[in-house]
Amino acid sequence: MDAFERSFTLNVPSSTENLAMIRDFVASIGAKAGFDEDEAARITLAVDEACANVIEHAYGSEETHVVTVRARLDNRDLVFDIIDNGRGFVAGQIDELDVEELIRRRKSGGLGLRLIRAIMDEVNYQITPGEKNELHMVKRLRRD
Amino acid sequence: MPQSFQVDISETEGVRILAVQGYLDAHTAPSFESSIEAEIRSGKVRLVVDCAGLTYISSAGLGVFMSFLEDAREQGGDIKLAAITPKVFQIFDVLGFPKLFDIASTVEEAAARFAQARES
Repeated sequence: MDAFERSFTLNVPSSTENLAMIRDFVASIGAKAGFDEDEAARITLAVDEACANVIEHAYGSEETHVVTVRARLDNRDLVFDIIDNGRGFVAGQIDELDVEELIRRRKSGGLGLRLIRAIMDEVNYQITPGEKNELHMVKRLRRD
Repeated sequence: MPQSFQVDISETEGVRILAVQGYLDAHTAPSFESSIEAEIRSGKVRLVVDCAGLTYISSAGLGVFMSFLEDAREQGGDIKLAAITPKVFQIFDVLGFPKLFDIASTVEEAAARFAQARES
């Protein structure tokens, strides 16, 4: 098959109100990539988690910034880059606790990155606080 | 325009039923958190969350269940989940929630488990 790549970009104001719009965008790309409904739903969740983290942590819930969701689809992968220019965030210790322990401590956070890692095949960051932060997530189209 | 999220609360035989409609994400979770918190603060700790109308949940929504479960159980109650659709269940499952929460197929079954626990 010839190599091809398609690229899609959504820029939205940094309000959690726009997460539903982001999910619609991701779900339609997931379907376009050929994922079944369940898998597309999981990918949508991973991107939602990443964008919610950006809005709440990188931007401190300020609604005046921009969140960029860039999707690239080729023969092999569906790739999402979530881009912001906020404070950046790094997975903290809380992320390593198991869910039972989080419940015991009455913690409601610490699940987003865990979900992203469980769903995506590859996850990495490039963080330059205040300039540009990029979360890079890859989902393989096929498991070989 | 349809509401993105709504909770309707009713009571049957001392069990509070919270019927959720719509999606629970970082935008709507605070509203659900207020509802659960109000129940628990007023001593209503036998809660069933009817998830039949729940179309989507992210970690923000899951976090609400997590942060109040111990409070409810310590006061002799529980937060039981009922009628979760397969699409939403798979998200609970990724994080191992079925082992940590009491999940029933129907609201009636979840409510009955409170009665059984009281009798035993």
